[in-house]
Amino acid sequence: MAELTLVEAVNDALHTELARDADVMVLGEDVGRAGGVFRATAGLLDRFGSDRCVDTPLAEAGLLGGAVGLCMAGWRPVVEMQYDAFSYPCLDQLITHVGRYHWRTGGRMEFPLTIRMPYGGGVRAPELHDDSPEAYYVHTPGIKVAIPSTPADAKGLLAAAIRDPDPVVIFEPKLVYRTARGEVPEGDYVVPLGKARVAREGTDVTLIAYGAMVNVCELTADALDVSCEVIDIRSLRPLDEETILASVAKTGRVVIVHEAPRTAGFGAELAALIAERAIFDLQGPVLRVTGYDVPYPYWTIEDAYMPSVERVSAAVRKLVQ
Amino acid sequence: MASTEALVTHGLAESDLLELYRRMVLLRTYDERSVVYHRQGRIGTYAIFWNHEAIQAGATFALSGDDWIFPSYRESAIGLVRGMPVETILQWWRGHPSGWWNPADWNVASIAVPIATHVPHAAGLAWGKKLRGLPTVAMAFFGDGATSEGAFHEGVNLAAVMNAPAVFVCNNNQWAISTPIEAQTRAETLADKAVGYGIPGVRVDGLDVLAVYAAAREAVERARSGGGPTLIEAVHYRAAPHATADDPRAYIDQARVEEERARECLGRYEDVLKNAGVLTVERAEAVRKEAEDLLRAGITAAEAEAPADPDLLFRNAYVDPPGNMRNG
Repeated sequence: MAELTLVEAVNDALHTELARDADVMVLGEDVGRAGGVFRATAGLLDRFGSDRCVDTPLAEAGLLGGAVGLCMAGWRPVVEMQYDAFSYPCLDQLITHVGRYHWRTGGRMEFPLTIRMPYGGGVRAPELHDDSPEAYYVHTPGIKVAIPSTPADAKGLLAAAIRDPDPVVIFEPKLVYRTARGEVPEGDYVVPLGKARVAREGTDVTLIAYGAMVNVCELTADALDVSCEVIDIRSLRPLDEETILASVAKTGRVVIVHEAPRTAGFGAELAALIAERAIFDLQGPVLRVTGYDVPYPYWTIEDAYMPSVERVSAAVRKLVQ
Repeated sequence: MASTEALVTHGLAESDLLELYRRMVLLRTYDERSVVYHRQGRIGTYAIFWNHEAIQAGATFALSGDDWIFPSYRESAIGLVRGMPVETILQWWRGHPSGWWNPADWNVASIAVPIATHVPHAAGLAWGKKLRGLPTVAMAFFGDGATSEGAFHEGVNLAAVMNAPAVFVCNNNQWAISTPIEAQTRAETLADKAVGYGIPGVRVDGLDVLAVYAAAREAVERARSGGGPTLIEAVHYRAAPHATADDPRAYIDQARVEEERARECLGRYEDVLKNAGVLTVERAEAVRKEAEDLLRAGITAAEAEAPADPDLLFRNAYVDPPGNMRNG
């Protein structure tokens, strides 16, 4: 075990997976000599060479489309999108090809590519460096989506994504890239997709979150004299429905937290799941604390946008009053 | 032009010339029968490629079997040049899942319906094979309208930067449904766009199958020997509707279409071969009959196939599907 930051754990996963499997390659903008704008790919170029850690032209659709062709040539590409909102041009390839190509071949050709990107707000950055686009991705059939909140999960989920036979998108919470520190197993380490983590046990209210919002939920649990269970879902698709439903059955009260805008955000999917499968376990409405339905704001007012301990606490109090 | 000597300068033996002819006839027959099958309600909406056969047969004739073809919907039947069963392609147009093949079985990628988005795939495959030390070339087909798309730019640029062994064949039939080439670009030629990528761009008569072949062969040889990608603009004219659902009378000069139909590519090649003494009337008839028989057998096989199992809905979206896929 080594104590690493979350972004160091991402880097560890990439080093481990490239060393383990000669078919794995990393490509993206500034991933080579610069080692990525967050240093997530540091050291890969020197260790694995310019064939397996490739600086590409600045073209996200071409990058992801190129990765589709690389899969056809037998590679397992790991594509870095430099920032959440910079990934939007790649949605064309994602929707029209990445999510469909396996199906289009009658299940006979595999596209084991991974897309990873830093995402989320709170980092005092210019416009379009702060988005939470997970709903666009998870709404696309054929795609799997995972979001770690701890360094160990950042390594294990990325390793699982790279080894998975399907296309997987990993969103890395950049807000906690360097503040989340924790023990990370050395060498081979996989956290399977589709398994939620009970970050904290509790009996009164279930707080469901992912990414940087898991920490907000844990801080809320610390701040309140209410017994909160915090579920870090880790994987949006496949989704660990059983862990969520078991917690709802125990507490009967649910607050879902994400920083993406509210309407049709992933919280709506979670609320629908609970309504369909656990409505008789509920002792109150399913509440959501989310970003607002506005463009992500200028950073001097971004704290008013981001779900906070205060906003999550208010939702919890509403349920237990 | 019509002498055997001139044909030999293309490096083609008589048997090659006849094989090229056979492929053009097969493509032509596929296309003409498909329009009939559509009218008979036996296939769905169909994108016509009549008069594009010289480009499709000529360019792919420069490839080896290990090379990959990335077709757009305009080249839906291009797998025929690799021996793909007729019924597979007919099933694609019949909306039956058996019309979807494994690209690795034929080194022919799936038919790309969205415009130009397969161009980066060809770049990626060519680059990926090169990284593995393999001599594979990727050839992508797309229309004139596709050169306005971002994916064309990103794909060709990626291939150029990676020095990937790719050949980009633009079928410039001068129409994107109802939009003429003048409304598509201010560039004097589409081949000129290659300058921006630092790669060779060549223009060729898309109705002259041997000229297309010669241009493609040069591009393939350059790609395979490490010279990087080439953009080929094959110029011709769309002498048929965009698709069976299209009525071009609203936007196209029918007199011009009739002129173009009179100098279509297959008849032109037939004349070349006949004048060179390579093709007899009897031989031409036999080739045509063989193609018609293949089509007849193909549609019979397609129609004899059992209807698709609706459970296929859930089978191939993932290799390792999420547990809740059947919730709807």
